[in-house]
Amino acid sequence: MTRVIAEQDYTNIAQDLLARASKHGATAADVMVADGETLSVQVRMGAVDRLTKAREKRLGLRVFFGQRSASASTSDFSRDSLERFVGETCALAQAIVEDPVSGLPEPGQFATDFPELNIHDATTLQTDQQIDLALRAERAAFAADSRITNSEGGECDSSSGRIVLANSHGFVGQYANSSFSLSVSPIASDAAGMQRDYWYGVNRAFAKLESPEAIGQEATRRTVRKLGARKVSTCRVPVIFDPEVAGSLLSHLCSALSGYALYKGASFLIGQLGQQIAPDFVTIYDDGRMPGGLGTRPFDGEGLPTRKQAMVERGRLASYILDTYSGKKLGLPSTGNAARSIGESPSAGPTNFYMVPGTTRPEDILASVKQGLYVTDLIGFGINMVTGDYSRGAGGFWIENGELAYPVEEITIAGNLKQMYANIETIGTDLVFRGRIASPTVKLAEMTLAGN
Amino acid sequence: MSNDESGALARFGVTDREIEQALGRVKVSTVDYADLYFEYCQSESVSMEEGIVKRATKSIGQGVGVRATAGEKTGFAYSDELTSKDLNIAADTARYIANSAQGTAPVPVTHRPALARNLYPHDRADIEVATRDRVTLLNAIDAEARRYDPRIKNVMAAYNTEYKVMLVATSDGLMVGDIQPLSRLQVTCIAEENGNRQVGTFGGGGRIGLEYFQNDQRYLQFAREAAREAILNLSAVDAPAGVMPVVLGGGWPGILLHEAIGHGLEADFNRKKTSAFSNLLGKKVASEVCTIVDDGTLPFRRGSLNVDDEGTPTSRTVLIERGILRGYITDKLNARLMGIPLTGNGRRESYQSVVLPRMTNTFMLAGESDPKDIIKSVKKGLYAVSFGGGQVDITNGKFVFSASEAYLIEDGQITKPVKGATLIGSGPDILKQVSMVGHDLKLDEGIGTCGKEGQSVPVGVGLPTIRIDEITVGGTKA
Repeated sequence: MTRVIAEQDYTNIAQDLLARASKHGATAADVMVADGETLSVQVRMGAVDRLTKAREKRLGLRVFFGQRSASASTSDFSRDSLERFVGETCALAQAIVEDPVSGLPEPGQFATDFPELNIHDATTLQTDQQIDLALRAERAAFAADSRITNSEGGECDSSSGRIVLANSHGFVGQYANSSFSLSVSPIASDAAGMQRDYWYGVNRAFAKLESPEAIGQEATRRTVRKLGARKVSTCRVPVIFDPEVAGSLLSHLCSALSGYALYKGASFLIGQLGQQIAPDFVTIYDDGRMPGGLGTRPFDGEGLPTRKQAMVERGRLASYILDTYSGKKLGLPSTGNAARSIGESPSAGPTNFYMVPGTTRPEDILASVKQGLYVTDLIGFGINMVTGDYSRGAGGFWIENGELAYPVEEITIAGNLKQMYANIETIGTDLVFRGRIASPTVKLAEMTLAGN
Repeated sequence: MSNDESGALARFGVTDREIEQALGRVKVSTVDYADLYFEYCQSESVSMEEGIVKRATKSIGQGVGVRATAGEKTGFAYSDELTSKDLNIAADTARYIANSAQGTAPVPVTHRPALARNLYPHDRADIEVATRDRVTLLNAIDAEARRYDPRIKNVMAAYNTEYKVMLVATSDGLMVGDIQPLSRLQVTCIAEENGNRQVGTFGGGGRIGLEYFQNDQRYLQFAREAAREAILNLSAVDAPAGVMPVVLGGGWPGILLHEAIGHGLEADFNRKKTSAFSNLLGKKVASEVCTIVDDGTLPFRRGSLNVDDEGTPTSRTVLIERGILRGYITDKLNARLMGIPLTGNGRRESYQSVVLPRMTNTFMLAGESDPKDIIKSVKKGLYAVSFGGGQVDITNGKFVFSASEAYLIEDGQITKPVKGATLIGSGPDILKQVSMVGHDLKLDEGIGTCGKEGQSVPVGVGLPTIRIDEITVGGTKA
């Protein structure tokens, strides 16, 4: 695949749009332009199943008429279309109600340093190379255990892209990034039925991607151990979240800490800044400049510098997740967490968000539980962010005397997130980044398990 | 505006000749099927919170997706440029899977059926509502929800519209276009009393315009419903945990069918034998009172389409007939590979995504029981009338869905409201537990969006009141 980013200078297009918006009477504006190339290869049962190749580009414009504002996006960069596009966006803004809090960040707040963050790897993979990687991962999954009888397939994706952001305060910034991923989803079967799981690797640098053999073997290990899963009886027991599902507890925390959820009254953590929300051995960071991180970027969706900050420090809630708008609503400065989809006004989201590892090895956490649940799968959307009420479908293993006794499925675990964070009992040593949000193994003192 | 192909073609600025040449380039002898899918989509959203209509966004996108299938293989490429050069590059990429040199003979597209029906005739102006009209409507919603009860502290509402023009040209010589409008109005209320905060939501829509929401001041009813649910939840008690009988109300609780049954009957999973329903055709998978269909032909419905994204007219497919599994829902690739009928369920999120077999409007037909008798039949259980989202693991068949409005049933009477409970069950088993089906079939209000392989498409569901004898309720009260 050719990984040539379009030669066009998007900063010129962005500057041109800002000038046109000003001519239409806009008092302020910002423009975001993104382009990217993707090659996705899916194989199944040893043969190519699907090949997808794409190049795309899109630009988004946000205009302000005093305190009225609107956003729009288009993929059509031709001169005539852009003129019409700017006019329509300006008309839209003028039809909206004034919002006293709206506006760009103040001049002087914007990012001025752009360190090397190792988020772009120019490695170009050939289609056949990606096919080979995906086939090897699937083959390794089949070879690892004879109970693997079918497969949802293996997938190898590569992508690269570029982001340009410019605004009427004179900020212009751009960065390129890349992503390489490899995954496989084997299916195991026995007389009782089928089970599926998957494993994956994802990295900004191709050379750091795990080998297809390692990914395939791990996928199979995770799949075959689910065979023979059964229900257990309703009870209240300690629950251990493996790192994959423990990350979801941090995702919910991010949602509750978003400035938008807070000022709308739609978060269970309203008014908790500075309060103890977890035991004192819990510390959580958000680090927008972690080298090579999947959430790393030099500036946020408004052009403000990203940084490393403690979100929960020794159990105390140290920061919300804010952009300029939601910060103003709460009387706080932006934390450099503006997330931005092309053509949307900013929202607030994490960069690289992780829990600092503890000192207990995961096997010792397991050994500490006499009877309980080790969760490896969660499904469904049973989370109420307003109240923190939590009830999700779960799968995993029953723990008996410190050991995994048998696989479990078709149960739910329920509680309240506020209490669940307070009930964190032990944190594992096993932190690995496989996404923007990462957690070690986490043990909660007790939850309600619903089954038979 | 008519939903014909000529209007669509003009929109994309592509000539017949260019389409036939690009198809010829990709449809070589080792390719079984190829298609070009052109799409133009304009969407607009206006939203309100804290009594201010403060956000407006608009998105314009167009492009073409080119696909080739050979055996089980699919090659796919897309471009947001519509020049013949870009078409040819995409065609060459899609053909890569066939390992063949480029074709030279154009493929004539001569079959241009006039659509026999238009399920959603519309006036473009009624779909692309003027921003000021949206502002007026959202302001009225805010006022109505706050008037409903002073404990309503915040109202969030959004009015979203989409105007999509599609045109598909296929290697079997077909060229067909459609214009697919879509509107949705969603209201969320937050109620607060003595530090207890609760949320309520209500929404609806379909392939309809502003008039639909204005009829009988339906938008004010949406506001009252969202406020009612939020206020109700202020007095909700913790949900029970464990196995018990559950009565599902009509309409949106049909999401049960979508998650527990529908996905498992999509042909791709069954061709690959990765579904818990693989090999169950002709077998009993539900009690005799259950007949379930997928129907893309209901006028103005959110999940309806005149033609699917491969140009096949949508249809009504019986999935389960009196408890027996009768059929799968198919797209061209899977129908061909499995040798089963084409049902017109080949759908894609946009030109940037491949076609997959997807549901349209999935619902259970009405039964004979009186809904009141169904409630009365339960000694101790749960009555669930509204839900948030659901999810299913196709392979082991386990599904969950979460109630947003539910009540305890005690001695045949509906008593206290309960806080969000999650229901979990097994797809191939759950419908065997259905013992009573009400005569009150209701389709949902038009809010469903289904996700599969990262692609979202609008869908509908429907259900009469039903009794499920045993299902696990995942509350906190053990």
